Amino acid sequence: MPNPKRRHSKARTGSRRAHDSLKSRSLSECPNCHERKLPHRACAKCGYYKGREVVEVKEAS
Amino acid sequence: MRHKVAGYKLGRNPAHRRSLLRNLVTSLIIEERIETTVPKAKAMRPLVEKMITLGKRGDLSARRQALAYLMTSAAVDKLFDAIGPRFGDRNGGYLRIVRTGWRKGDGADNAFIELLGSEKVLDEKRQKRAEARSKRAAENKRAMDEAEAHGGVEHPTPGAEGEDKT
Repeated sequence: MPNPKRRHSKARTGSRRAHDSLKSRSLSECPNCHERKLPHRACAKCGYYKGREVVEVKEAS
Repeated sequence: MRHKVAGYKLGRNPAHRRSLLRNLVTSLIIEERIETTVPKAKAMRPLVEKMITLGKRGDLSARRQALAYLMTSAAVDKLFDAIGPRFGDRNGGYLRIVRTGWRKGDGADNAFIELLGSEKVLDEKRQKRAEARSKRAAENKRAMDEAEAHGGVEHPTPGAEGEDKT
């Protein structure tokens, strides 16, 4: 079986992972309740999409 | 090359997939709006549009073709009596798919799919549901009060009626 010839340095591991970071989601603003929401989706907060209520949202009780 | 790989398999064999899609299409025609996942909604869209086209044709041959696909004759009646005439002046694009976030259990991308112009029907349904819910809540409360008055030994079982999912 082939085996590594040399030890792998921490710098080599780190530089490989330099491009692995997570990117934050881009969010848009809900025109109805001004919360930040995911684009092209009904607002999770108020249930509005394109100017009308499309889903009922349970209020916290 | 992504040639000849159109369509959705939905992780099912052909018979299972056909049954699922027939059920979805029938449910949508009866209910006007259904909640499902985005791929299922997209897979059923062309099928529903074909059914509505049959509904607009309205002759006996079209009715037999619809009966062969839809699961219930009630759905066929509704398709030909209500939905077909409603979309008389529209050439396709009868449906709306809106994404609604992720399902809690498995993270599936949820959406609802609805017939255009069904807002009034859906509002009525929503109102009916709300009324039923408040009535049930009042009944539960009364039962609980009564049980308390009797010493609170026997409990009315909450949740026996089943939670109303909206």
